[in-house]
Amino acid sequence: MVGAASVLSVLLLVGLVAADVLTDHALSGLPAADALHVKVVGRQWWWEVHYGQNGNDAPTFTTANELHVPVGRVVIVELEAADVIHTFWVPNLHGKKDMIPGRPATIVFRADRPGAFRGQCAEFCGAEHALMAFPVVAESRADFQQWALRQSASAVPAGDEITRRGQALFQENDCAKCHTVRGTDATGTIGPDLTHLGSRQSLAAGTVANDHANLAKWIAAPGSIKPGTTMPATAFNDEELRSVVAYLESLR
Amino acid sequence: MMPDGVHRHGDHLLDGGLDQAVVNALARTWSDPPSWTGALSAINHKTVSRRFMVTTFVFFLLAGLFALAIRLQLARPDNHLFDPDLYNQLFTMHGTAMMFLFAVPVMQAVALYLVPLMIGTRSVAFPRMNAYAYWVFLFGGLLLFGAFAVGSGPNTGWFSYVPLSGPDYSPGKGVDIWAQMITFTELSSLLVAIVLITTILKMRAPGMTLSRMPLFVWATLVTQFMVLFAMPAVMFGSTALILDRLVGTHFYNPANGGDVLLWQHVFWFFGHPEVYLIFIPPLGFISSIIATFTGRPIFGYPAMVMALIVTAFLAFGLWVHHMFATNIPELGKSFFTAASLMIAIPSGIQIFCWLATLCTGRIVLRTPMYFVLAFFFILVLGGLTGVMLGSVSLDLQVHDTYFVVAHLHYVLLGGAVFPLFGAFFFWFPKFTGRMLNERLGLWQFWLFFVGFNVAFFPMHWLGLHGMPRRVWTYPAGMGWETMNFVATIGAFTIGLSVLLFLINVVLAYRHLPGAPSDPWNADGLEWTIPSPPPPHNFDRLPVVRSRSPAWEENTSATAIGGLAADAREVLITSAVEAKPDLRVLFPTSSIWPFISAVATTVLFIGSIYTPWAVVWGSIPVSIAVAVWFWPDKNDTQTALSLERHP
Repeated sequence: MVGAASVLSVLLLVGLVAADVLTDHALSGLPAADALHVKVVGRQWWWEVHYGQNGNDAPTFTTANELHVPVGRVVIVELEAADVIHTFWVPNLHGKKDMIPGRPATIVFRADRPGAFRGQCAEFCGAEHALMAFPVVAESRADFQQWALRQSASAVPAGDEITRRGQALFQENDCAKCHTVRGTDATGTIGPDLTHLGSRQSLAAGTVANDHANLAKWIAAPGSIKPGTTMPATAFNDEELRSVVAYLESLR
Repeated sequence: MMPDGVHRHGDHLLDGGLDQAVVNALARTWSDPPSWTGALSAINHKTVSRRFMVTTFVFFLLAGLFALAIRLQLARPDNHLFDPDLYNQLFTMHGTAMMFLFAVPVMQAVALYLVPLMIGTRSVAFPRMNAYAYWVFLFGGLLLFGAFAVGSGPNTGWFSYVPLSGPDYSPGKGVDIWAQMITFTELSSLLVAIVLITTILKMRAPGMTLSRMPLFVWATLVTQFMVLFAMPAVMFGSTALILDRLVGTHFYNPANGGDVLLWQHVFWFFGHPEVYLIFIPPLGFISSIIATFTGRPIFGYPAMVMALIVTAFLAFGLWVHHMFATNIPELGKSFFTAASLMIAIPSGIQIFCWLATLCTGRIVLRTPMYFVLAFFFILVLGGLTGVMLGSVSLDLQVHDTYFVVAHLHYVLLGGAVFPLFGAFFFWFPKFTGRMLNERLGLWQFWLFFVGFNVAFFPMHWLGLHGMPRRVWTYPAGMGWETMNFVATIGAFTIGLSVLLFLINVVLAYRHLPGAPSDPWNADGLEWTIPSPPPPHNFDRLPVVRSRSPAWEENTSATAIGGLAADAREVLITSAVEAKPDLRVLFPTSSIWPFISAVATTVLFIGSIYTPWAVVWGSIPVSIAVAVWFWPDKNDTQTALSLERHP
């Protein structure tokens, strides 16, 4: 009886190994020919996203904390880490892949239907590992092309009084030391590229919705939304804060 | 066989007879000295083991409190009860203390008590080193909890992945203290492994050949060999981490030729076998308990032993399944999938053998048996999710989610903590001379069993719905709220159950000791001597003729004598056949293992702050160890006189 049960377990396990190998094989069979290349760099605690660096048709630009992909086209994401280990994980699109400093990796997937999928960091990466997410927007090829074109353009110069005032404050204070707004003098690279911040869905790496109140709160006291964040609090008065928020919202 | 009566040779009183003077002399000889300096000098294996067990259990309670704190924080979304730094310290302390300060050492602690009793000898080998190992362990544990108490606990997880735990991303002393705590506990654990292996291979009662050894002793032997091979890997890893942090080496810094993945390989080469260091000794508990409460020897003894050995070998070939999300080659991953599934085979064989024993025996349901039956249910569930995790494509989804949290608690609590509580109930009369209350025991069991499943079963579901591990909070609206709240209720039920155990122990101590030597009608040698055992364990050293010596007729008649009763003389037997080989004089109590452990502690803690501590700190260590080993004139005289008059 014991012998028969043991033999049965062995056969069952051998079957499972075979099934596993076949599944792995099927999953790794996506064609790479027409793939869209994207590079994502994990940072404490946000995602830097580079499009168009491998000579595909997509324009070249940098954005952050949001990924757009065309439906039905294979996407090859090159993964890097700038500081500690992070893990790129969009459960609805593919399994996990670690982003390990000094060991570039890639993950290949294809979105088969349009939609917004939540991605998040899956490797413990320090204080704010919990609040390190990002939306992935899968959209039609035409919508994706349009989005990419707009993202690749420089920031639209601030027009009215209040946004001009906001841009000046952004530039004069420490904001520009860490953030880039393409087309302006702000060229910092420590924090996310804000060229089109106004077009993004969320703030602070998928932590809160990108709306007026959250943006003001995030600029005034980032720690209240994301304790332990590397972004320092600012000392703007109400009028200054309103101006900076208006400026950032205008970057669409 | 010696006739009854008092035997003298030269000045020495010899054992073997039933004379009260001889028994008294043996008890005097093997006792620990009185007073507080005596307490620090104690080397009797039962004293050291009792301290070890109580210490590990206190660490278990503290780590359990951290778990309750974690569950409070996660009971609802967007909770700000703790800030992320404190939360990260809490889960780091929970994992670190449970793995390094409770689960591995408690198994060694129980073995230090039981092995000499099960194999029929009066001590463990190297009893002073054993005491030293205990003190080193205690100081390492106090260091970790002390650091947490003053607010500089480690916060990089029990696995402390670099570069997060490296000098650039974890300033402060938390990680250094974590890494040095590893050094303490691994040193202690390696020493205890040497003690236990030597004891088992060289000190078994005459006639206890390897093929008559109790399964718990086999499990211990196999586990301690695993310790010898697994622990050096993590000691190397943590030492290299300290060097990176303290003196600027670059073992783990890719910018200077180091490698981040090196840490993961080294850590899991230790970390996966560690699961089996925790899981294999309880297999021995289970065999003892099942044999006793079915009234028959375990079915398939040779298969059980082979399964233990095979498990130990396979355990070293699985570590990469913790790293499926890294960019190691895919074919390599498939190899580790196959190895991970293969380890289910020996586990399955053991479970089948126990089931066969249960089916053919007459089951008596007492508290220890409830815990063992729960083991079957919980471990099999944990084993099945383990098979799932072994598959690369599945693992890539559930890796680092609450699914793994559920899996590891099913395996570790089901595989180790349930049998451990069963073992506490089973051997408590032997340890203390007191019985635990059966009714309270059943309450504890049912609260534990229900609480456990309420706490951890929903975590499978949370993981499958994408909740990552090691998050200090989670947003509302993800659909994770209800299951997290249920898990918190389960966690507090477990807390209540452990509280009942403590109450049970306290109540037991309000009575005078009165437990019979064999309250369960069990089969091992440990049940042939009083509860608790006298300092020298056996008045007359037994001779073993079967695998169930206590179930033999006339066991008391088969004994040998001729060892000194007024000196710590021990019989050494051959490794395989257990034939009498040598009489060896064991060391007496000494305070120097304690002092050496204090000196070692000064060196280890000093080296957190300056590398020079290794240089200057080694001087007091050398002095203390030299005095420890300095030959004592009286001991030499005794040894010589025993040698001259065998």
